[in-house]
Amino acid sequence: MTTRLLGAVAALALLAACSNTDQNAAQTGAGNTIRPGSQEDLVANVGDRVFFDFDSSQVRADQRPVLQRQAEWMGRYPDVRVQVQGNTDERGTREYNLALGQRRANAARDVLVASGVNGARITTISFGKDRPTALGSDESAWAQNRNATTVVQ
Amino acid sequence: MNASFAFTRRRVLIGAGAGLVAPGIVATPLPALAQQPQGAVIDITRARTDPIPIAIPDLAGDSRGRDIARVIQNNLRNCGLFRPVDRQAFIQTPESAAQTPRFQDWRVIGAQALVTGRVIDQGGQLRVEFRLWDVLPEQQLQGTAFTAPAANWRRIAHLISDVIYERLLGEKGYFDTRVVYVAETGPRDRRVRRLAIMDQDGENHRMLTDGRFAALTPRFHPSAERIAFMSYQDRGQPRVVLFDIGSGRQQVLGNFPGMTLSPRFSPDGRSVVMSATRGGDANIFIVNLGGGERQLTSGGGLDVSPCFSPDGSQIVFNSDRGGDQQLYVMDAGGGNIRRISFGNGRYATPVWSPRGDLIAFTRMGRGGFAIGVMRPDGSGERILSEGWAMEGPTFAPNGRVLMFFRESRATDSRGGGYSSRIVSIDIAGFNERPVPTPTDASDPAWSPLLS
Repeated sequence: MTTRLLGAVAALALLAACSNTDQNAAQTGAGNTIRPGSQEDLVANVGDRVFFDFDSSQVRADQRPVLQRQAEWMGRYPDVRVQVQGNTDERGTREYNLALGQRRANAARDVLVASGVNGARITTISFGKDRPTALGSDESAWAQNRNATTVVQ
Repeated sequence: MNASFAFTRRRVLIGAGAGLVAPGIVATPLPALAQQPQGAVIDITRARTDPIPIAIPDLAGDSRGRDIARVIQNNLRNCGLFRPVDRQAFIQTPESAAQTPRFQDWRVIGAQALVTGRVIDQGGQLRVEFRLWDVLPEQQLQGTAFTAPAANWRRIAHLISDVIYERLLGEKGYFDTRVVYVAETGPRDRRVRRLAIMDQDGENHRMLTDGRFAALTPRFHPSAERIAFMSYQDRGQPRVVLFDIGSGRQQVLGNFPGMTLSPRFSPDGRSVVMSATRGGDANIFIVNLGGGERQLTSGGGLDVSPCFSPDGSQIVFNSDRGGDQQLYVMDAGGGNIRRISFGNGRYATPVWSPRGDLIAFTRMGRGGFAIGVMRPDGSGERILSEGWAMEGPTFAPNGRVLMFFRESRATDSRGGGYSSRIVSIDIAGFNERPVPTPTDASDPAWSPLLS
């Protein structure tokens, strides 16, 4: 019972964070101030990345809402320009993964544009498998590394 | 290298007049100390299972004679086709052997071939006299004197190694070559990747870029004087860049709006075949070094890692156009595309042998990665090495040996246990050995013969 209650409170807090549409500074748990429209804001309150299946550059249905939230967020901060960075897991060759990362960055960019962001505000780049977030060699690390990450410029 | 070098070298190898074999290195035939055979060559067909026992005593006369002998011994042992006889067993002294070999002394310790020589310091210039002997018939197979600045002593040792290889095996060697690669330092999420170059035996390492921008996938120009590679230096954009080894000058290749990657020079050195991305696609282009480009593939796939056949008539590449990564061959103009890989798994990084008879590749299956070879029509697939992760084969100029890089699996969530090392292997699949590098290393590319 207590757990469920806590969960409900957490969900409310999350909703509050998501609907924080005004220009007031969002607060982290530690009480540090996050500047609205910054990368920290994007990471903490929107989600900066979407994940892909192995050897795929299709934006998954469960990842699309993250990009749609990013588009709304960019609508709130019209001066923000972003770079979408495509990444892959280590289970492929370097050159192919550079191309695959580019295709992922492009797929994420296309969803942002379809969600109303002016394409001129978005650049793309690929790092292939050469800039992993997770450093392990297992499925959970690979799943984290198959991403397109939106970075405020 | 221009044509006259190749011509001069050929004359040296058949024992004609003096000539320049490399900048600053002159080779002169030595008068025979014993009867010269008529084109005697030891049968190579037995070499795969039975390496040729060869004795390589220190060259006499100067302390560098020992260094030169060690480099030669290392080269010949590492290629797997020779077995240097243990020097503990030597009976005749190097000084005495350099004057006149006592063949009985070398026969009884099992040597079939013998290398003798002398190093003379001529005030900064070294004169290195070398003779190769066939021990059983007591014949001199080769006698050459190299003269070069003392700093070039390693180069002389590699030239001698190539002469021995060619005289005893009947095909060109690959010791006077270099390897360009990517030197990697730091944790994988903040990896520094620099262009580096070394001799094929893992000596004389030198960094070519400073690491401020990631450098990937270097490849040699047929002259060995230039490199094409991929770099993030152009305002952070990943582009294929030409690098001049002598001057250090760099220049973005072609004029493309998006990422360019996976360059390889054409055999005539006048153009580069590479991939360029547009939208979600990657297509193959030929970019002329003098300017101008031509698109060869199209149609919605990722077409990467193109490589010319040595005669320049065809290009092998890697594409996911059929669903997953496979190898395809097309005419150099872009027509007549046919798939050649049909085994289990995904195939990538095809490279055509300088001999034209094989294509080496990376294969990725459920269990792990492998390096293999197949004929250009896709038949005769053979796996040479398998493991957790490996990729990027590159051929020695004689097509006999491959280098590639092998990665080990991270054993914890902080990336501990991960490494990336260059290894070499005979195309018959034996004699895999690490190529020593000061740091982690990837993307090796073998130069043509330098002389």
